Amino acid sequence: MQESGIIIPVRLTRSKGESVIRIHGITKEYFMGHAVIQALRKVDLLIRRNEYLAIMGPSGSGKSTLMNMLGCLDTPTTGTYEFNGKDVASMEDDELAAIRNKEIGFVFQTFNLLPRSTSLQNVELPLIYAGLSRNERLIRAEQALASVGLAERMYHKPNELSGGQRQRVAIARALVNNPSIILADEPTGNLDSKTGQEIMNLFESLYATGNTIVVVTHEEIIARHARRVVRLRDGLIESDRENIED
Amino acid sequence: MTGKTLRTELFRLIQFEIFESFRIAAQQLAANRTRSGLTALGVIIGIIAVTLMGTAIKGIDIGFDNSMAGFGDDVLYVEQYPWNTGADYWQFRNRPDIKLNAADRLNQIIGSNPKSFLAVAINAPACIQTVLYGKRQISNVYTTGTTDQFSYVSSTECEKGRFLNEAESKSGRNVCVIGRDVASGLFANTAPLNKVVRIRGQEYRVIGVFAKQGSFLGIFSWDSQVVIPLVSYIKYFKANQENASIRVKVKDKNRMPDAIEELRGSFRRIRGLLPEQADDFAINEQKSLRSSIEPIKTGLAIAGLFITGLALFVGAIGIMNITFVSVKERTREIGTRKALGARRRTILLQFLIEAISICLVGGALGLILSYALFLLLTRVFHDFPIQFSPLLVVLALLVSVVTGILSGFAPAWQASRLNPVEALRYE
Ligand SMILES: Nc1ncnc2c1ncn2[C@@H]1O[C@H](COP(=O)(O)OP(=O)(O)OP(=O)(O)O)[C@@H](O)[C@H]1O
Ligand SMILES: [Mg+2]
Repeated sequence: MQESGIIIPVRLTRSKGESVIRIHGITKEYFMGHAVIQALRKVDLLIRRNEYLAIMGPSGSGKSTLMNMLGCLDTPTTGTYEFNGKDVASMEDDELAAIRNKEIGFVFQTFNLLPRSTSLQNVELPLIYAGLSRNERLIRAEQALASVGLAERMYHKPNELSGGQRQRVAIARALVNNPSIILADEPTGNLDSKTGQEIMNLFESLYATGNTIVVVTHEEIIARHARRVVRLRDGLIESDRENIED
Repeated sequence: MTGKTLRTELFRLIQFEIFESFRIAAQQLAANRTRSGLTALGVIIGIIAVTLMGTAIKGIDIGFDNSMAGFGDDVLYVEQYPWNTGADYWQFRNRPDIKLNAADRLNQIIGSNPKSFLAVAINAPACIQTVLYGKRQISNVYTTGTTDQFSYVSSTECEKGRFLNEAESKSGRNVCVIGRDVASGLFANTAPLNKVVRIRGQEYRVIGVFAKQGSFLGIFSWDSQVVIPLVSYIKYFKANQENASIRVKVKDKNRMPDAIEELRGSFRRIRGLLPEQADDFAINEQKSLRSSIEPIKTGLAIAGLFITGLALFVGAIGIMNITFVSVKERTREIGTRKALGARRRTILLQFLIEAISICLVGGALGLILSYALFLLLTRVFHDFPIQFSPLLVVLALLVSVVTGILSGFAPAWQASRLNPVEALRYE
């Protein structure tokens, strides 16, 4: 895969440092019969614009639960959540859908591309839900695909792409609506280490052009790309520190 | 919300959500062709049943109108029996005969009243006879005796020769005008004009052949008739007095009720009935025959609706099932779409439109099949009165859409309510 010629639009409009996400005292409980599983227990977190954050922790520590919460896919049992200063903990489903559409870019471990649609159609999807005209959709989707180095793969379906290429399509789809934050839950989990590295390089350049990124990962080598590492254990934040560059 | 944002919102809904949903539905149907086709079978059968039923009912109506036009929509018939009687035939048996001179009396009364709603009364008694020519014979021929004035109350257009003239009807010469079917039955290869046919042992020279007038469901045909001069009819068929019939032409067919009232009054006068006595005659009109085909139509409608209802019910259950399966299979896709910003409404519409699309495809296939069936039927039965109306097409498609909505709603609702996290986690 050729890495050259990646064009990523630079964000000039958003100033660094203001808060994108502010959660306070978030808990999430699952009820399984009579047992209560506390997936998150009083989590506080502040994420500022143009941060690059890694969330780490052992399996079952609540990383995905937290991520889903951040991505407005799920609502907390208790606690407050402000997204760009707006209280989202109490929002209705349709309002959350609008935030997911415009403010959040999701990247999944299993890519979650629509199997029967081309790369271009997959990347168009958030724009359709945003109500953009067909022309505008095409222009922006093509741009996003070009920015992840897939200008040559627009009309390929997922099963005609390699794992790394699929994840690039997913990243293009996450980027296309110009979100406030990109959330990636183990984005390299299904890729070999070399391809994983390439994806991390892509995140690196996205970060360099002003994007805010949160990555969940098991692997120290992946977390090393981030500027800040939050460690979870048993639904609590165990540590939250800046990455020391070596 | 202001009018403008409401409008743009509506535009958005139509352009993106509905259009997009149809695109996804088309993709989905194309990917699961066999499955969708099998599911649509119920709808296909339902639509065939409903269109064939509608076609047949409409056809019966049109065929009826066409064939009944021969009775004339501006003509009243004074006769002993009302046309649409069934079991109560005996009630009218003892009524007095309609005398031939009653027509003259009627014409006098009409003539003396300048404001009359009636134009003219003409004797046209009729009976069923057998017509012979050489070794050939045709039975069940509707034989009418009348005058040259018959053209006021019936079509006398001839394709060969001519109708009775004044001299023939006055003198009672033994001539006849025959219907098309009678002509083709008796004179296969020879020209019918001036040939001599026999009816009840009397000889009649053929002076004309009526133009084609049509038939009704093969039960009754205007083309199987013979007309002879009234004078001859009286002379030879006296025993058939009970079939006397006076046809009365009405001046304005839009004032039929007034005309009937006047005719009834005049005829009661002729009969010398006291006010408390009931009518001892019947006034018939073409319209009263219509009720006689209602049972056929109702029967067809009930059978058709039953088959349609059953097929659509089975079809709807199948489509509901397949949509539930589709929702299950695509749970992760639903989760993905929700994560990318699809609203509940969007997901609901997507699956609803998918169900509607299956039904619409089924409906369209059903229409095509029933149209083919309809062409086949018209080819096999030339005179069978079937009509394929545009209204029927609209009705069929409407029924399909409603079936789609009814069967797709529950699964679509379920899909729209899925929790995004659980949907994404679904294996
Ligand atoms: N829908 C659910 N119902 C019940 N329990 C749940 C549910 N989702 C998550 N949990 C529980 O919550 C806890 C946190 O799960 P979560 O998926 O957030 O872990 P994770 O840190 O992402 O783990 P991994 O690294 O394996 O992905 C686990 O104990 C899990 O069993
Ligand atoms: Mg996880």
